[in-house]
Amino acid sequence: MIAGNTLDNKAEFIEEPQETLSMHPQKFALWLFIVSIIMLFAAFTSAYIVRRAEGNWLEFDLPNLFWVNTIIILMSSASMHWSLILAKKDNIDLLKIAVVITSLLGFAFLVGQLYAWKDLVASSVWFAGEQSNPAGSFLYVITGLHAVHLISGIVFLAIVLVSTFRLKIHSKRLARIEMCATYWHFLDILWLYLFGFLLLNH
Amino acid sequence: MADNHNQGDAIKEVGHDHAHDHGHDHDHHHDQSFISKYIFSEDHKVIAKQFLFTGIFWAVIGGLMSLVFRLQLGFPEMSMEFLRPILGGWITEAGKLEPEFYLALVTMHGTIMVFFVLTAGLSGTFSNFLIPLQIGARDMASGFMNMLSYWFFFGSSVIMFASIFLETGPASGSWVIYPPLSALPQAMSGSGAGMTMWLISMALFIISVLLGGINYITTVINLRVKGMSFTRLPLTIWAFFITAIIGLLSFPVLFSAALLLIFDRSLGTSFFLSEIYIAGEALHHQGGSPVLFQHLFWFLGHPEVYIVLIPALGITSEVIATNARKPIFGYKAMIGSILGIAVLSFIVWAHHMFVTGMNPFLGSVFMFLTLIIAVPSAVKSFNYITTLWRGNIIFTPAMMFSIGLVSMFISGGVTGIILGNNAMDIQLHDTYYVVAHFHLVMGSASFFGMMAGVYHWFPKMFGRMMDEKLGYIHFWFTFVGAYLVFFPMHYIGIAGFPRRYYAFTNFDFTKSFTDLNAFISVAAIITVFSQFVFVFNFIYSIFRGRKASENPWGSTTLEWTTPINPGHGNWPGEIPQVYRWPYDYSKPNSEKDGFGDFIPQHIPLSQTPHSNLPHEKEMLERGGNNEDEIKINEQ
Ligand code: HEM
Ligand SMILES: [Cu+2]
Repeated sequence: MIAGNTLDNKAEFIEEPQETLSMHPQKFALWLFIVSIIMLFAAFTSAYIVRRAEGNWLEFDLPNLFWVNTIIILMSSASMHWSLILAKKDNIDLLKIAVVITSLLGFAFLVGQLYAWKDLVASSVWFAGEQSNPAGSFLYVITGLHAVHLISGIVFLAIVLVSTFRLKIHSKRLARIEMCATYWHFLDILWLYLFGFLLLNH
Repeated sequence: MADNHNQGDAIKEVGHDHAHDHGHDHDHHHDQSFISKYIFSEDHKVIAKQFLFTGIFWAVIGGLMSLVFRLQLGFPEMSMEFLRPILGGWITEAGKLEPEFYLALVTMHGTIMVFFVLTAGLSGTFSNFLIPLQIGARDMASGFMNMLSYWFFFGSSVIMFASIFLETGPASGSWVIYPPLSALPQAMSGSGAGMTMWLISMALFIISVLLGGINYITTVINLRVKGMSFTRLPLTIWAFFITAIIGLLSFPVLFSAALLLIFDRSLGTSFFLSEIYIAGEALHHQGGSPVLFQHLFWFLGHPEVYIVLIPALGITSEVIATNARKPIFGYKAMIGSILGIAVLSFIVWAHHMFVTGMNPFLGSVFMFLTLIIAVPSAVKSFNYITTLWRGNIIFTPAMMFSIGLVSMFISGGVTGIILGNNAMDIQLHDTYYVVAHFHLVMGSASFFGMMAGVYHWFPKMFGRMMDEKLGYIHFWFTFVGAYLVFFPMHYIGIAGFPRRYYAFTNFDFTKSFTDLNAFISVAAIITVFSQFVFVFNFIYSIFRGRKASENPWGSTTLEWTTPINPGHGNWPGEIPQVYRWPYDYSKPNSEKDGFGDFIPQHIPLSQTPHSNLPHEKEMLERGGNNEDEIKINEQ
């Protein structure tokens, strides 16, 4: 409490109001963005379940490449985490390399997904057209939309990379790279969920 | 518009750094060009007005459209030749409305009213305008995202508006765009380019809602001024906050439905299509499910009706408490019931799908969940009425519209309970009974809430008052008109009139209702035209209205502590801190403390020793304004 009677003589003191809870607004907004992405994929996967229960569903094996891609994206998460540690330690030179490695691994994942699609087409699982079945179409939409989000993650990494060159990321300014890491790990976990879901429901 | 005080740009800092460093100097003048001040502005007050103007524009368009199809329904024999200058080729050789254009009109009317007027125009205006002002923030968490939110809405509006002028007509498969009608471009003329533009427009719209919503939630949680705890938030803020959360959870699902629909339309997938013949020719689509689309659509669609309604309820809580000069009855129950409605709104969607052949047992589960919504709805209605009960009521136009909302909400809610019974709904589904239900409970109630908000916060928006007499005229025409239009629809609905029919002249059972239908149309024409009284009053008052005083309604909330024309940053000096809840109206003994019948939120308890309540006295004795401390000590 603060002593003083600035406004009214009857008042003996002005009481101090409570602090309100408050977080970093941008980090908070990122979490909300992630919630909306979760809802998007929740919609797709529940539509998948509902549609599958109705029958007339093409059964096929998932491409083995998905396993390789899963390992790649897990590695990219590890190198993302490494980048964060480097930023905290102000090891800027290595940080640049780590961010580049993360982006390259993300890129490798995308290329891997493309080859997985090629395998699917080779085994006559089509996205659209006369011989297509919603089972295949769903697979392409779900993996494709995840890839689109991963591209946005790579753009985010590129922004972080530019910021490291401009010396805007270091142990005192971590918000940007922390947000990037949150988003990147989220995309990784999202893939694990989607892959697990597809493994269980195909 | 007069936003010319204190154009500081320190506000930008607030968004990026931390919420509570309001030590900036906001008094230095900063030359801003017209464009950055009024067009690409990041000031939440300007953005709110942009949403409001765009919303009013759309309301006029949507209202005029309804006149055209009401003329058709009420007077099916009439010659529409006089509309040829406007509608051109949509009037047939014989001077009739083209039937497909009738469908286009109802589709556009529904889309415009639900999304552009009552979502963007209502939430966009008042969440933007009131959240920072009422929680004591200098602006939204991110002014830039907020600006983007408006411009995505603008882009969406432009595309939807352009689609009206397509030669093949705009989307015509109704606002719920069920496949296969919407999925097959060859199904009807509006399913071609019109439907494509509808989908693009709605995709932009969803982005706008998400950008706005993320901002509202972040701002409410993170940028509250010291002392503004969650239990001291005005109910308007609670309403906008919950609305934004519902939107964040439901609009992505509509996005997914729209995306799959786009793939079906343009790339030849079969998510929603199966075994279809058009003009005797079999299409290749195999294995899709049109009912799946309905599930995805209504998972958004039902929460959407509450996205439309809850902000209106929040505005009403504020206006009724202020003008009854009484604390809102059951503040915590009001919050609880909004939360209850929000949670329930996600688990009742299938009540729109009782006749899709769903398992009757599943139907009963959804019936049960649906009927539970009546409980929190009734709590809210009860609390409004008890707040009015023996209040010192001041009948401002805003208050009239708020009371009107309560009336509409009850009348329309009661028929919801009837529709919620899956056995009854088999008879009533897709009849005018449903049209009556949602026009009262959603259309009219939310529209009344929006009007209440405009009349109430106009002085804060434009520094001038709206004309009261014109306000009363507007209210009575709208209130009586809305009932005259929508009440008779219950009867023709029970009689079996289906929705979305161009004419009923081919049936015998409709003959005895011809006059009633004509009556509805006349009432609708009068009601729509009486809205121009409002439009005139609105525009006239912006320039010529009586100058407003600082706190014209005697309100307790923070927005009335800003200058009459608040500049960028809202408060020229420090933001007032908050020491009490927002409903200290007619508090006993407040006159002994030197206050009238209200004590604003920023007055410390130590200044009002006579009127403090026991728990407030205790709080002071403990040496502060700390609610948690009391709770700890109670344990
Ligand atoms: C007690 C509360 C309510 C119940 C039990 C209820 C129930 C229902 C049911 C069962 C239907 C489907 C009728 C049919 O198509 O056959 C329906 C339609 C509708 N309701 Fe409600 N409702 C309630 C409140 C509300 C509220 C508060 C709103 C909006 C603010 C609303 C907006 C709508 C709309 C827009 C439709 C029609 C959608 C369409 O088919 O175009 N309802 N309601
Ligand atoms: Cu509903």
